[in-house]
Amino acid sequence: MSEPRTQPSGLTKWVVTLPPTIFLLAFFLVPALIVVLAGFRETGEFGGLAPLPQLSLDAYRFLGGDVIYLEIFARSFLVAALTTLICIVLAYPLAWLIARSPKQRRDFLVLLVILPFASNFLVRIYAWIMLLGPVNLLYTPFAVIVGMVYAHLPFMVLPLYTNLEKHDPALLEAAQDLGANAWTRFWRVTFPLSLPGIFSGSALVFIPVLGMFAVPELLGGTGDILIGNLIKEQFLENRDWPLGSALSIMLTICVLLLAGLTAWGSKRGLHGTEAVT
Amino acid sequence: MKKAQFWLWTASLATYAFLYIPLAVVVLFSFNDSVLNAEWVGFTTRWYVKLLHDDDMLHAAANSLLIALVSSSVSTVLGAMAGLAMHRYRPRWLPFLVLTPVAMPEILLGVSLLLFFRQVLDLSLGLFSILAAHITFSIGFVAVIVRARLAGMDESIFEAARDLGATPWATFHRVTLPLIMPALVAGFLMAFTLSIDDFVITFFVAGVGVNTLPLQIYSMIKVAVTPEVNAVSTLLMALTLTLILVASRFAPDVLKGRS
Repeated sequence: MSEPRTQPSGLTKWVVTLPPTIFLLAFFLVPALIVVLAGFRETGEFGGLAPLPQLSLDAYRFLGGDVIYLEIFARSFLVAALTTLICIVLAYPLAWLIARSPKQRRDFLVLLVILPFASNFLVRIYAWIMLLGPVNLLYTPFAVIVGMVYAHLPFMVLPLYTNLEKHDPALLEAAQDLGANAWTRFWRVTFPLSLPGIFSGSALVFIPVLGMFAVPELLGGTGDILIGNLIKEQFLENRDWPLGSALSIMLTICVLLLAGLTAWGSKRGLHGTEAVT
Repeated sequence: MKKAQFWLWTASLATYAFLYIPLAVVVLFSFNDSVLNAEWVGFTTRWYVKLLHDDDMLHAAANSLLIALVSSSVSTVLGAMAGLAMHRYRPRWLPFLVLTPVAMPEILLGVSLLLFFRQVLDLSLGLFSILAAHITFSIGFVAVIVRARLAGMDESIFEAARDLGATPWATFHRVTLPLIMPALVAGFLMAFTLSIDDFVITFFVAGVGVNTLPLQIYSMIKVAVTPEVNAVSTLLMALTLTLILVASRFAPDVLKGRS
């Protein structure tokens, strides 16, 4: 694992670096910047965007002026928080069990967590349409939460497992020798040490849930729409691109704040453990 | 302690059941001899036969395979370059460019590419926009796998090749390429799987003309629950499962590195 030394040829460097850089500038960075600009434009006569010289804050004013948008943002955060919490509760015992299993069995148990994800995302939602339909739970907030948890659970199990696996068993023995019961040992030793894992897992669950539109659309009722549905509606149905862009920017800002928050939270943990992903 | 063990196992088994039962039901009912997905009637393969005669479905499957093949080939090349560059030259901007499309919510990449193609390039959406989108989000996965492979290698091999007079191209062709081959195969399979499975981003950049397998499934399940969906789901599951397991043989960390 020695550090790469200086390269003899400067040409090779550019031959290797430029193609992916140019491609990603063109198809990732430039489109992202266009969304930022589009948020300050006006809607064209036939939808889309109006010709360039006009810049306006209309899209954002519209956002601030209508309580429904605030409501949908609040609901999205609530759904994301609830999904994250349920994922933590379901993932913890599983991650703990895998981390405490004999070494040769661990990889297999981890594989078992990931394999369902070899199925298509829509198939996983479809499975719940099949299961919840006959018991009249389809098109409810409950169905949305179940679908969200189902779609994101491994993202919580994996970082949590990598964290728990690194804990030194001697710490728990020491706590036991000092007279701590199982309950105290968990809450005073294991849980605080696992916080970085919980933080990384929460970021991997919370952030995608915020932008999800397929789960509410296929499993939820008309009242269950989230930010993702709102954005999709502006781009594909209403053709109000400035508003759609403004909403996307708001979502991006939320995502960046959350990512920053989790990075800060993980660093504060006692172990500098990092998530696999 | 015994009691704690018991609850740990119970909770974990329940979670495994939660993960597997829904998919097992989908597979099971693809063999059910009834139009309604309500109760088990008898074994049949007629839904699979019906799939083979469904022109829309076959067309969508052909599109998906073509897109997956082209996009994973291109993203393997670009991703390998990015992985090499990140390992050797460590340009500051590259990890940001390569990894952000993977980390951000898919819908954001979808709408930004929609705006870009329609508003800036003024192109109609279709195969080209889907390919560009799939390559954009696959590069990161390939790059990470290739970089991980390079990080585990002894740099002196490359120095030895140079000391013996090999040109940069010869060093790449005769030394680097064979060494990173397993990572390239794994990255290619990974990109292929991601492409053939992608729904959200494709949904925004597909336009009206081109249908893919996930888009076809989406329009079907929006309307009704039919055994045909179960059958196509089962086939797709079998395909991606195989690809991922093969990929994991070439790069054992692939399964752990999925984000």
